[in-house]
Amino acid sequence: MNITPRNEFLGGIRAELPILVGVIPFGMIYGALALSAGIPANASQAMSAIVFAGSSQFVMAQLWAQETPIFVMLATVFVVNLRHGLYSASVAPYIQHLSITWKGALSYLLTDEAYAVVITHYRKFSQDAKDLSSIITGKQHFFFLGAGLALWSTWQISTAIGIFLGSIIPESWSLDFTLTLTFIALVMPSLKRKPEIIAALVGGIVAVIGAALPLKLGLLSGALAGILAGLWSERLK
Amino acid sequence: MSIWLTMVLAGIITFVIRVSFVLLFGKIRVSTRLNQALNLVPPAVFSAIIFPDMFLQNNQLAIHLNNGRMIAGMLAILVAWRTRNIVLTVLTGMIGLTLFQMLFN
Repeated sequence: MNITPRNEFLGGIRAELPILVGVIPFGMIYGALALSAGIPANASQAMSAIVFAGSSQFVMAQLWAQETPIFVMLATVFVVNLRHGLYSASVAPYIQHLSITWKGALSYLLTDEAYAVVITHYRKFSQDAKDLSSIITGKQHFFFLGAGLALWSTWQISTAIGIFLGSIIPESWSLDFTLTLTFIALVMPSLKRKPEIIAALVGGIVAVIGAALPLKLGLLSGALAGILAGLWSERLK
Repeated sequence: MSIWLTMVLAGIITFVIRVSFVLLFGKIRVSTRLNQALNLVPPAVFSAIIFPDMFLQNNQLAIHLNNGRMIAGMLAILVAWRTRNIVLTVLTGMIGLTLFQMLFN
């Protein structure tokens, strides 16, 4: 198949489709949860466009309900989204030739779900070419755009449905537990090596011990302790 | 404090992280150590959210069989480990918790 902008764009959408099946319930749950956390419907919807990061939107809704100070919320969002720095470093070589507008737009669309299919696509080309020159002249960034926009629109629509349903779902459904369950599903596949397992265990245990800390600082101290413990375990090898 | 201000700042933070290395490419080198640290962020952060929700009730340690969230969470961990499927994991956990609450509360 020719690498035309159109083919790449549609290819990106196609590659994203299976992931969207999982994103729709996630977005709906976010919408319902944000509403039940006391965030107004219009702000809940806007957050999906302004922040556009599922996990941190969930955490923000949870912290908002607990009347957490703004700087603690922002620090938590920073830590939760730090992993996107990894994606940024990983796609950077492939989009270096693009204009600043393209770089900005693609970075805005750089979520977990888009990254997963985009990096697979780029690697397929870089393995064939051995260097990046074929990609630098290519139209693969349209694949990135297609995947990113497919996810973006699905996220907005499923948020809207969630906000609508959220006003119907009874309180007794313990919707907040879906956050924990989603994170369990996200974290389990990443526990492949010892440093990651140690980071997870230490992060969790310190967060439990630190739960009594003021300002919801238990989460942050747990995350930090987990990362340090994991690094220490890397060093021992 | 307004939710709007909070989310605009959170949006800026998120965008700056995502665009960071794209703009810095060629200007700095990502050290192995930093790369390792970034790799450890998801397990550390996510468990720091998961553990308190599973093992605490009203800020008290609750590692016992009356804790529905712990039981349902364990079930979900098992499903996530075997299937790696987000929807199946969430469904199992929610059904588990609902059944537990119906049976024991």
